Amino acid sequence: MKPVGARTVGTREQLGRLGPLWMFFFRYGPPRWSEYVLQNWSGQRLVIAIPYLWLLIFFLIPFLIVLKISFAEFLPLGRPPYAPVFQWVEEGAVQIKLWVTSFAFLMSEPLYVSSYVYSLKIALVSTIFCLLLGYPMAYAIARSSPTMRNLFLMLVILPFWTSFLLRVYAWIGLLKNDGVINNVLQFLGIIEEPLVMMNTSFAVYIGIVYSYLPFMILPLYSNLEKHDLTLLEAAQDLGAGPIKSFLRVTLPLSFPGIMAGSLLVFIPVVGEYVIPSLLGSKDETMIATLLWTEFYNNRNWPNASAVAIAMLLVLVVPIMIFQHFQNKELEAGRR
Amino acid sequence: MQAADRRVEKKTKHEPWRDPHADAYVRIENVTKRFGDFVAVNNVSLKIYKGEIFCLLGGSGCGKSTLLRMLAGFEAPTSGSIFIDGQDMAAVPPYERPVNMMFQSYALFPHMTVEKNIAFGLEQEKGLSRNDIATRVTDILEIVKLGQFAARRPHQLSGGQRQRVALARALVKRPKLLLLDEPLGALDKKLREATQFELINIQDQLGVTFMVVTHDQEEAMTLASRIGVMNRGEIVQIGTPTEIYEFPMTKFVADFIGSVNMFEGQLIEDLPDRARIKSDELGGVIYIDHGISSAPGAMVWAAVRPEKINILRQPPADTSENCVKGVVKEIAYMGDVSIYLVKIETGKTIRVTLPNVERLSDDERILWDETVWLTWHGSSPVVVTQ
Ligand SMILES: Nc1ncnc2c1ncn2[C@@H]1O[C@H](COP(=O)(O)OP(=O)(O)OP(=O)(O)O)[C@@H](O)[C@H]1O
Ligand SMILES: [Mg+2]
Repeated sequence: MKPVGARTVGTREQLGRLGPLWMFFFRYGPPRWSEYVLQNWSGQRLVIAIPYLWLLIFFLIPFLIVLKISFAEFLPLGRPPYAPVFQWVEEGAVQIKLWVTSFAFLMSEPLYVSSYVYSLKIALVSTIFCLLLGYPMAYAIARSSPTMRNLFLMLVILPFWTSFLLRVYAWIGLLKNDGVINNVLQFLGIIEEPLVMMNTSFAVYIGIVYSYLPFMILPLYSNLEKHDLTLLEAAQDLGAGPIKSFLRVTLPLSFPGIMAGSLLVFIPVVGEYVIPSLLGSKDETMIATLLWTEFYNNRNWPNASAVAIAMLLVLVVPIMIFQHFQNKELEAGRR
Repeated sequence: MQAADRRVEKKTKHEPWRDPHADAYVRIENVTKRFGDFVAVNNVSLKIYKGEIFCLLGGSGCGKSTLLRMLAGFEAPTSGSIFIDGQDMAAVPPYERPVNMMFQSYALFPHMTVEKNIAFGLEQEKGLSRNDIATRVTDILEIVKLGQFAARRPHQLSGGQRQRVALARALVKRPKLLLLDEPLGALDKKLREATQFELINIQDQLGVTFMVVTHDQEEAMTLASRIGVMNRGEIVQIGTPTEIYEFPMTKFVADFIGSVNMFEGQLIEDLPDRARIKSDELGGVIYIDHGISSAPGAMVWAAVRPEKINILRQPPADTSENCVKGVVKEIAYMGDVSIYLVKIETGKTIRVTLPNVERLSDDERILWDETVWLTWHGSSPVVVTQ
């Protein structure tokens, strides 16, 4: 690594903010390399490359490893408990053994199918409830005076300051048979017998809607807050009453916000683990619970990986929709 | 309105405001609007008659849009009342008023195409078939010359095109009263004039009553049957374009409409058929061929329009009145007219415009630094007392 003085690097302005770094790289880096990089990469590309690198290392590579394990053979007593997929055999050849048994098992075993369906159902229903609750709240926040608005937003974000786990535990205290809700209702004489709420889908819905509501409210709020209120005046002026103006103007304009909020709730809820395992029933399992059992109790890594891969595939479509609407929202913001 | 009485004008046009028994279509009575402590509209009373094009003229922030928004129902008056077609509008929501407004910011729906934007208002009306709506939209698009843009979204249009969409959207409803807030500001001169005449045509055809806000006085002159001049939330004068231009009642109106030379002075003679003002600013006496009926000795202002002043190279026979000597300091050639800025001995600069009727050779032309005499007729000055 000898300094090469004869090459020109370009002026500071050309190099931009990363100028000093470039200078250093250029001086002391490998000669061919630094020249190539300088000629073909701009600073902008380098900046974009950093998140890509991050995603590559911490997302794509782990994903590929999981994908590989999902196609491996299960060795119950092995350590790790699966057979290698790629294997060097003699004569310098690589042997690839792909087992599709894990995926076949997923399809054939009703427990898996039903917990996928159950997960999707839970996610869908809670998304709808989050939307029904969150939309009016976001609307009210967006239309309130600036000081009230900040207060309301604070209130929405405030729960994040306590641990998510603690908040879910708190719901146990509220929902259980001798919990706060049942005690109050019995004290008031409204019910004789305690309502069974714990370990039911109802409790799961309560927990999920409660925990994920801010994720619905915030994107909706940020959309609704940007609306030009003269558009509503224009609609009213043209003869549309308040309901009509809402349906024809506000609602369509908030569609990107609705999509963003819904997917921000839907996607993580499909894979939700903590809430169903604390509040849910033991008979109806969500997919994440199953994954946990498969991985830790059965030590069946290939099966667990296949469950994860299948979940990802189920979610790819909504994620792509999410991307689409987020881009749309960005475009709308630029206008 | 003393000025109007003196005028000899052919009354070919329908002028309902001269008839004390005529019913006003819009009646604004002592309307005041406050935003906190700020008075945006101050005790305005107005009557607008069917089929009129009424222009609200005034500087930025004088409350024109606020007044319009009260008519449309988006702001409630702090006090006073508004009647449209004899009905008190206080409890009528915007969507039930027989009024359409074109917004200063256009307020086009960004998620709808031009066509859909225009059709929106018609879709709210009961008893209109799809075909009716389609034909009316096509017709109005034809009028505003936007046929080929029907399928575009507002953000794909230029500012002027958006303005025409907004205009079309308000017009297509054929309301009884159309409120236009700066309808033509973003259009180029040619298109603006064409649209102005189009508006007048539409008004003739459909009998719509227009209330137009503008701060372009030329536009007000072209469009208006009457003009209301606003200043700081108050209506300072209402009249036909000619009245406003020729007989402004206050210094503000005289100054605001066109350019004017203003001379402060003392009323030294005030008889029914003549008046004289001694002005130190002018350094002479202004003779006026009619009475002022003001307190003798009062301080008044005489306003003389630049085009009503003659430039002479020789002193006139009588230099005692309506005459002042000065030196040409600036000449601006505007094409149709030339503007001369003449500095008189008191130090005041007087503005004179002369039409360029014929092409003059160099020695016929008035030149820089030439000494000239300015004169005007006794009917030209307008005297305002406030
Ligand atoms: N909602 C409001 N709150 C407080 N002040 C307001 C509000 N709306 C208007 N104003 C004030 O009232 C005054 C009149 O506003 P308005 O919009 O009627 O002006 P304008 O005559 O239409 O001016 P322009 O020609 O610039 O459009 C302005 O000084 C404005 O700042
Ligand atoms: Mg305005």
